[in-house]
Amino acid sequence: MGYTLNFGAVWRDFDLLLSGLGLGLGLAIVSIFAGCWIGLVAAFAMNSKHVLWRRVASCYVTAIRNTPLLVLILFSFFVLPRLGIRLGKVESFTVTLSIYAGAYLTEVFRGALLALPRGLREAGLAIGLTEWQAKIWITIPIMLRNAFPALGNNFISLFKDTSLAAAIAVPELTFYARQINVNTFRVIETWLVASLMYVAACYLIAAGLRFFERRLAISR
Amino acid sequence: MVEPGTFLYELWVSRWAILDGFGTTVLVSMLAIVLGTILGTLVGLVLVYGGWVSRFLVRIYVDFVRGTPVFVLVLASFYLLSQIGIQLTAFQAGLFALVVFCSTHVGENLRGALQSLPRGQTEAAKAIGLTFPQIFVYVLAPQALRQALPAWINTATEMVKASTLLSVIGVAELLLVSRQIISRNFMSLEFYFFAGLIYFLIDYAIERAGKAVERRVALPS
Amino acid sequence: MVQPILQIENLHKKFKDVEVLKGVDLSLETGDVVSIIGSSGSGKTTLLRCVNMLEEFHQGRILIDGEEIGYSGPRHKARKESEIARQRAMTGMVFQQFNLFPHMTALRNVTLGLTKVKKMPAEEANAIAGKWLARVGMSDRCDHHPGQLSGGQQQRVAIARAVAMNPKVMLFDEVTSALDPELVNEVLNVIKDLANEGMTMLLVTHEMKFAFEVSDRVVFMNQGRIEEEGPPEELFRKPKSQRLAEFLKSSKF
Ligand SMILES: Nc1ncnc2c1ncn2[C@@H]1O[C@H](COP(=O)(O)OP(=O)(O)OP(=O)(O)O)[C@@H](O)[C@H]1O
Ligand SMILES: [Mg+2]
Repeated sequence: MGYTLNFGAVWRDFDLLLSGLGLGLGLAIVSIFAGCWIGLVAAFAMNSKHVLWRRVASCYVTAIRNTPLLVLILFSFFVLPRLGIRLGKVESFTVTLSIYAGAYLTEVFRGALLALPRGLREAGLAIGLTEWQAKIWITIPIMLRNAFPALGNNFISLFKDTSLAAAIAVPELTFYARQINVNTFRVIETWLVASLMYVAACYLIAAGLRFFERRLAISR
Repeated sequence: MVEPGTFLYELWVSRWAILDGFGTTVLVSMLAIVLGTILGTLVGLVLVYGGWVSRFLVRIYVDFVRGTPVFVLVLASFYLLSQIGIQLTAFQAGLFALVVFCSTHVGENLRGALQSLPRGQTEAAKAIGLTFPQIFVYVLAPQALRQALPAWINTATEMVKASTLLSVIGVAELLLVSRQIISRNFMSLEFYFFAGLIYFLIDYAIERAGKAVERRVALPS
Repeated sequence: MVQPILQIENLHKKFKDVEVLKGVDLSLETGDVVSIIGSSGSGKTTLLRCVNMLEEFHQGRILIDGEEIGYSGPRHKARKESEIARQRAMTGMVFQQFNLFPHMTALRNVTLGLTKVKKMPAEEANAIAGKWLARVGMSDRCDHHPGQLSGGQQQRVAIARAVAMNPKVMLFDEVTSALDPELVNEVLNVIKDLANEGMTMLLVTHEMKFAFEVSDRVVFMNQGRIEEEGPPEELFRKPKSQRLAEFLKSSKF
């Protein structure tokens, strides 16, 4: 073996890795926001009275949840341009990840909606709110709070999923790690540092989310 | 009837390559699930019943692996294992990463299931004079496995999806084969869609089968 | 003098630094039915769990049929796991929360100990289990899972599971407090039957009327000690200690 650890090469490019981590976080944040909107709409569609809405929403969720993310990423990156939709690789990835997130968040919101006591909506209607006002001012805020822990977990997995952007050369953490690996041959150091950065980031996000969760919790 | 240049024609031309890729996907997923489940069972048992040193070490292993994206695990094991003197093919290195990934999911799942069982179950079993191995086999395991089943099925579908990552390190599984075909005939829409459809069908089948098993083992109430 | 079937000597039990049992002495002869009463937190459950070795204790001895259980010798050395398992089968325990095994039928719940601990062949175990399930009035529910039974029915199966092991002493810990009021009597009647047949029993209960009717002796526990002990007539009608008098008043007997 005779391999001696030397982190010098990795430290030299540490700012690259950091910028990659930052991009990954940014992609995850944008996608979870977009995904929340998609998920909310699809969750209400799933509970809707109309069969068509329910069908469309459940097809979307089933299809996306059973397809590998990498296939979705490659599909939008290589196929959409052929259909005349020209997006940069970052945009293409963000759109894909948002749609992907939307399917998982639909399930989260659907569960949270089902868990709400019936009386809430009815109490809203009873004080004279319209159906929509009751949704916006009562149902959704309470549901969002209940869904918060699950949202947090989804955010962490989305953040880890941004590593797949490296497959279409989006310059995030995994992309740079591979580059440094190839350029410097400091294989062990590179991957150790990269995965530690992911682990640390996930840990910090989780800690932050727990903090917010406590602040958000409705006191009983 | 089927003219050259149509999707069906291209599909027919590359049928053996696709079948090969499909076989590799199924093989690597199955091996990952089986080996990962075996390793994961050990992980779960140590997390629940281990002494504090082994529990601590396994905890670090689990948290580290779960904090790292699978893709990074795959790349790292591909580049890294050879560096430390373990010569593996891309298939083996990729499989190794998937097994590690799977083991942490199975382990956490099993730990959760075992720890969620009410203490009264163990106590009632002790009270009739069963020894610990008997309590585990007859009382705890059957209940814990039932509880862990839905999440385990989910992990299995995750493994099929994660197997696509092996295409990046050159394992000729379904996705890489599809990409190779596309690079020849430029039918990206058709072949990505086709690959996606196959993955969908595999995962959907696992999910359905899993639901059927869940119903079979469900306790009457 | 007859040798007691259950003998507890100077039992001390601590949780961390809190002493919950502060020197309990109690002995039962074969066929004795002894009820333990006392306010919440006085250590009744803990005493029963010590007898079944579900709790460790730090000082004192518990003997069943002359055999020291859980520990041995003056050094209070813990016994081996397998030996403890064997000794546990000498007592039968029924829990407040039933604790039936939900993945097994009522019959299997009862036969498990017979086949695995007593190593009986299946037919013999089935016959014994069937007999006891009939005794508790559950023979038409042998193939049901606990999830399909009412609380009272579950508790009766749990009693069958314990007595089928043919223990020397039966321990009951508030076995009716998790039940709906209308289901309490079906369980108490089963226990009464067993008591009348001469089974040795140590039971914790809040059902004062039941304790009065069924017991040979009643023990009043207070703050980890046995405060008063005697036949039910004396204990309930002429309590000696102030605390017992107050306890009886508050429990509306
Ligand atoms: N596992 C434990 N750890 C720490 N303290 C305990 C534990 N179990 C019981 N205790 C304490 O021991 C004391 C006696 O508890 P025990 O359950 O024996 O009372 P009890 O007489 O059965 O009361 P109840 O009528 O409410 O069932 C209580 O103060 C209780 O808080
Ligand atoms: Mg108690």
